[in-house]
Amino acid sequence: MNIDKKIADDLVANDVSFVTTVPCKQLAGVIEEIEQRDDMFHIPSNKEDEGMGLCAGAWMGGKRPAIIMQNTAIGVTINTLATLIQYYRMPLPMIISYRGELREPVACQVEMAVHTKALLAQLNIPTYHFHWQKDVEEFDNILKYTFMCNKPVAILTDANFWGGYGDQ
Amino acid sequence: MIRSEILKEIAPIIRDHLVVCNIGLPSQELHMIDDQPTNFYMLGTMGLSSSIGFGLALAQSKPVISIDGDGSVLTNLGTLPTIANNATGNYTLLIIDNGSYGSTGDQPTYAGKKTSLAAVAKACGCDNVIEVQDKDLGPVLQSAIDSDEMTIIVCKCDSGNIKLPVITMDPVVIRDRFMKAVAS
Repeated sequence: MNIDKKIADDLVANDVSFVTTVPCKQLAGVIEEIEQRDDMFHIPSNKEDEGMGLCAGAWMGGKRPAIIMQNTAIGVTINTLATLIQYYRMPLPMIISYRGELREPVACQVEMAVHTKALLAQLNIPTYHFHWQKDVEEFDNILKYTFMCNKPVAILTDANFWGGYGDQ
Repeated sequence: MIRSEILKEIAPIIRDHLVVCNIGLPSQELHMIDDQPTNFYMLGTMGLSSSIGFGLALAQSKPVISIDGDGSVLTNLGTLPTIANNATGNYTLLIIDNGSYGSTGDQPTYAGKKTSLAAVAKACGCDNVIEVQDKDLGPVLQSAIDSDEMTIIVCKCDSGNIKLPVITMDPVVIRDRFMKAVAS
């Protein structure tokens, strides 16, 4: 199964047409896939809170948005999640590279990984963790759930899910 | 002129357009001067007025005006390269630059010192950047809205605030009536 293609296909099938991204090595393939699709507008952000602002505006303009980012961004975006996305009750699927989990080669990444789920839980953000490739089968239902309830929803995708870091 | 006087003057120009208004006193002033369903008031999240307005402009074709402040743009400087590199003609960013953080007590910003936001916007790749004095804003804003090209306006003005109440409207109500105005 091509995970990048499956994620992009599910986004399109759920009418997600506005995607903002902050670069990530693990997510490079899916970002590339989205960039190549004509049915999704891809706009890179310089910072994740900026990206959430873009998504909020796009949603109010009639487009379903999504953001792709690393889990370190949870530390950057807590205020935006609480006072914009949640306060105004907006849907936002967050496809998150879960750095610092099993098979992680960079020790510093673990320092945010240990806080990631706790922060998401503190914010009452529905959170799904993709560890095995088959977990991606839930993605379509997660997108439907997100736009049903108008909440930010986190999809944490770890290194095992992506098949490790190669020779890094 | 101070910001509230500027908002009073441009209210007739922006009344029929989609407006995303910056957190704090700017939103409170616009709400008091001319509350409209086409106004999206930010109740929190300093810095994102330009991003929210830009996302809105990219998602649909009606003109969008983001009213921002110099302090808020400094908080989210990364917005300017994003706007510059994805320009859309229906977007106008109006930065009311009074050189101070008005909502928190008029502490000075760097934009009131050595930093030129107009020069920053140009360096970020924004093609149409106009720095204007407060009294001259009206016609410049009108032509930016009428133009097919994206415009960044830096409006230099005095710092100073008026006393006024906070917005008590529920955020979901603000958002819902705004979305209906966008779709109408």
